[in-house]
Amino acid sequence: MDTIIYIALVLIALGSLLSFIRFIKGPTAADRAIALDTLSVIGIAGIVLLGYVFKRYIYVDLALVYAVLGFVGIVVIARFIEKAL
Amino acid sequence: MHTYKFSLKKFIYTFVIVLLVWYGFTTFVAPAELITGVIVSLIIAYISVKNFNCCDPILMMPSHIFYFIKYFFVFIGALIKSNFDVARRVLTPNLPINPGIVTFNTKLTNDFAKMVLANSITLTPGTLTIDIIKNKFYIHWIDVTTEDPEQVYKEIAEPFEKILLKIYN
Amino acid sequence: MEIIQEILKYIGLAFIVMGSIFLFLGALGIYRMPDLYNRLQAGTKASTLGAMSVVLGVGFIQPDWLVKLIIIIVFIGIANPLSSHALARASYRAGIKPYFKKEIDAYGKAVEKQLKKIKKKLQNLNE
Repeated sequence: MDTIIYIALVLIALGSLLSFIRFIKGPTAADRAIALDTLSVIGIAGIVLLGYVFKRYIYVDLALVYAVLGFVGIVVIARFIEKAL
Repeated sequence: MHTYKFSLKKFIYTFVIVLLVWYGFTTFVAPAELITGVIVSLIIAYISVKNFNCCDPILMMPSHIFYFIKYFFVFIGALIKSNFDVARRVLTPNLPINPGIVTFNTKLTNDFAKMVLANSITLTPGTLTIDIIKNKFYIHWIDVTTEDPEQVYKEIAEPFEKILLKIYN
Repeated sequence: MEIIQEILKYIGLAFIVMGSIFLFLGALGIYRMPDLYNRLQAGTKASTLGAMSVVLGVGFIQPDWLVKLIIIIVFIGIANPLSSHALARASYRAGIKPYFKKEIDAYGKAVEKQLKKIKKKLQNLNE
């Protein structure tokens, strides 16, 4: 039971590490934005799972706010890359 | 800034959706939360009807519910298939990809339906909507098999658009 | 009653494991793919289903959190394809060319046409 959740957390951590490497390496700004987008979605899943592990309901609210802010941020970065801002 | 004509139908739709989201956030038990929610939803609905032009609302008929459920299942099936597709491509050592950008014409006229179709195409195997210009969809396809718009339409969009056309036309 | 809870727990665990595997594969796609658009493809699909099923799995284990978790799921399902669409469009218009094995590009012409129209409009305005 606990082991399975720890395995899932390790997989999520490895995933965020890989996209963080892309975030540092990414040749253009758009690549970095993509890596950031994936990183934030992985982060939402991780926050909800950690909320279950720590039995704190407030983490779910946190994940919701992070989802909304991440989406708005990515759209703003996209408009900036397009030079339409 | 451009403002649009006030339409009561759109206002009520926006109000109900915003209030539902508020209910999900708070699951209101106290009357004060309900009153705050109603006031905030009224303000947000008024501002968005005045400033944004999106999505001509259509009334939900009982017959539409069947199509919505059908669409949901077709969509979930495509989503799962596309994930196994991504997994296969990522895990193969020499990356079997042959990308290209193709185009097809849609028969949908409603903006909201176009958005739903674009989102569904993005989540189906190997395709990503880049842009919609009038009634042309531009799609990045990870493994191009055909360039002909008719064939592309048949392979990518047909199962979704058939159901959407029944709801929106 | 307890049996049902136990069964729901195992279903939830299965969802969580499946979701985290997909999240990992999505990140691997982001790392391995050769260009921006292919990265977007792998990243969007895998991370959308992965995050959705992890959140749903927690919902199965903790049924009293379910309402808010479903809001998160719906929001991810709507917002994630939209943001990837915005990024793809923006980076094509910023001049980042996709990687082709054989050049198949229907979008380039359409963008050029639009840009010409805008330039003409600007000229008319200046005169």
